[in-house]
Amino acid sequence: MTDTRADFRWEQSDLHLRGRWTLEPVAALEETLPQQPNAAKVHGDALESIDSAGALLLLTRFCTPQTQRVGFSAAAEKLIELILAQRAATQPRAPRPHGWMGMLERAGIAALRAKHETVAMLGFTGLVLERAVQVLLGRRRLRLTATVFHMERAGLDAVPIVCLLSFLVGAVVAFLGATVLADFGAAVLTVELVTYSFLREFGVLLTAILLAGRSGSAFTAEIGMMRAREEIDAIRALGLDPIELLVLPRTLALIVMLPLVAFLAVLAGILGGALVGSLSLDISPGLFLARLQEAAEMRHFFVGMIKAPVFAVLIALTACRQGLSVSGSAEAVGRHTTASVVQAIFLVILFDALFAILFREIGW
Amino acid sequence: MSAPVIEVRGLSNRFGAQVVHEDLNLTIAHGEVLGLVGGSGAGKSVLVRTILGLREPSAGSILWFGQDRAQMSDAERQRVERRLGVMFQDGALFSSLTVLENVLVPLKEYTRLREGFMIELARLKLALVGLPPDAADKYPEHLSGGMRKRAGIARALALDPDVLFLDEPTSGLDPIGATGFDELIRTLASALGLTVILVTHDLDSVFAVCDRVAVIADRHIVIADAPARVAHHPHPWIQDCFGGPRAARLPGLAPL
Repeated sequence: MTDTRADFRWEQSDLHLRGRWTLEPVAALEETLPQQPNAAKVHGDALESIDSAGALLLLTRFCTPQTQRVGFSAAAEKLIELILAQRAATQPRAPRPHGWMGMLERAGIAALRAKHETVAMLGFTGLVLERAVQVLLGRRRLRLTATVFHMERAGLDAVPIVCLLSFLVGAVVAFLGATVLADFGAAVLTVELVTYSFLREFGVLLTAILLAGRSGSAFTAEIGMMRAREEIDAIRALGLDPIELLVLPRTLALIVMLPLVAFLAVLAGILGGALVGSLSLDISPGLFLARLQEAAEMRHFFVGMIKAPVFAVLIALTACRQGLSVSGSAEAVGRHTTASVVQAIFLVILFDALFAILFREIGW
Repeated sequence: MSAPVIEVRGLSNRFGAQVVHEDLNLTIAHGEVLGLVGGSGAGKSVLVRTILGLREPSAGSILWFGQDRAQMSDAERQRVERRLGVMFQDGALFSSLTVLENVLVPLKEYTRLREGFMIELARLKLALVGLPPDAADKYPEHLSGGMRKRAGIARALALDPDVLFLDEPTSGLDPIGATGFDELIRTLASALGLTVILVTHDLDSVFAVCDRVAVIADRHIVIADAPARVAHHPHPWIQDCFGGPRAARLPGLAPL
């Protein structure tokens, strides 16, 4: 008899098992099984095989621990005993809330986490400032080699892509300006539009966003991986300070490089605008340059440049903090890298808006 | 069940010019607990990976339940693969899933059980390997090394396999934890009727749980026999290993 199904038969309160009580047939049986009474006695002599899935089904749907078992093989008996012992030890847990309560719970958790993140970011900023002051006072070393290395990787290597994108955005702004301003017969004001927007906003903002995505994410992933592989703990155990060793050089590198790259971005953007102007708007390069010199007062340049180091600090601190809060797994590195980029860009745009209000109030 | 569970015939493995295995033969019978020992770099892990089909052998054949692996169709191979459970060295749990979800992965992929029963079954597996109930909803990163290994076994056991491969189950555990693990392997093997292949460095666990020990050295299996008999084999590596200071205090090693 080769019965490939899991089967059973009742004789009054006695249960007779037949066939294979293994995972696959048990799955088929379990799907359609109606409510069963508890057996007083189970007969296992016609059973071909039984595994833990079969035993679990038997114990949960047909039996109480008091049910007598007859005719089971020694191995099956051992398995059932083991499962009975384990099931006695496990208690069912409280179900997680669903629906509205679950949503409220998640919203609450998210709000608390946002608060926690803000406090942690402020705390981290304080810590880094303290270390920076200690470096200034000569009590800690400035890691010059590391700083220069990060200046090259996070700043210099980003120049081509930042300049290319600024150039393209400059061209787009020029087209946009020409389209709108031509209706008013003021197409020549495109020069002012491009110049103002790049000097004051776009140059530094584009650079900051690109560096947050390119270099900030790299910082987080590097430090996060070091954290996951316990390298940060090793640094601490060697009596060194991860902030001094890892965070300060990266922050300093960005503070130095972001304004420089932003300056190049401004040039590239204006160049893009000038190119569009001369090719399709009848604004010759000479005219463009003349109007540029009239329009571009130094204060516009400073409005843009003052923001650059602030954005650099925001990006570097966010990235390093996210990296340092990685715990354990590869997945955590990915999660924190995403968080790092999103938070950094959010902070950059938020501070840009605050700066805009500030400069408006002081009349720049 | 007369055919051996696993049979390795004339296996050779080469990485470029480096020969790891040369004409290696090994037979694993149903229901036994076989220890696979050998020095670091002797090719234990490569052998296990080859048996599992994670690596194509350079020459020779692997028989699963009497059938040549190379000649199986994909469907057949997949069916047999479900009868093999593996615990990798650090558990190799999916880090983005909780422990319970890790055990559920094979169940969800291969069976059409009702969700409730599936979860109950997964919880049972976790209890069987000795994990506390509250570990089920934790992520692997929040578990200790020993618990990760246990969770790895629970996932390997999810589909009630016939054969369980354990890669260094006791490495990195404290002696008490390692002893607990030895007992666990014994209990599981006898209650679930498992055939266990144990890759290990740990002589304590070799003597505690293994029916047979296969020693891999010089690119092939030097001897596969009961632990006490293997210990007296004249091969220099075995003498260094089983005759060394670390083995001196083990029971069952008295001269024959």
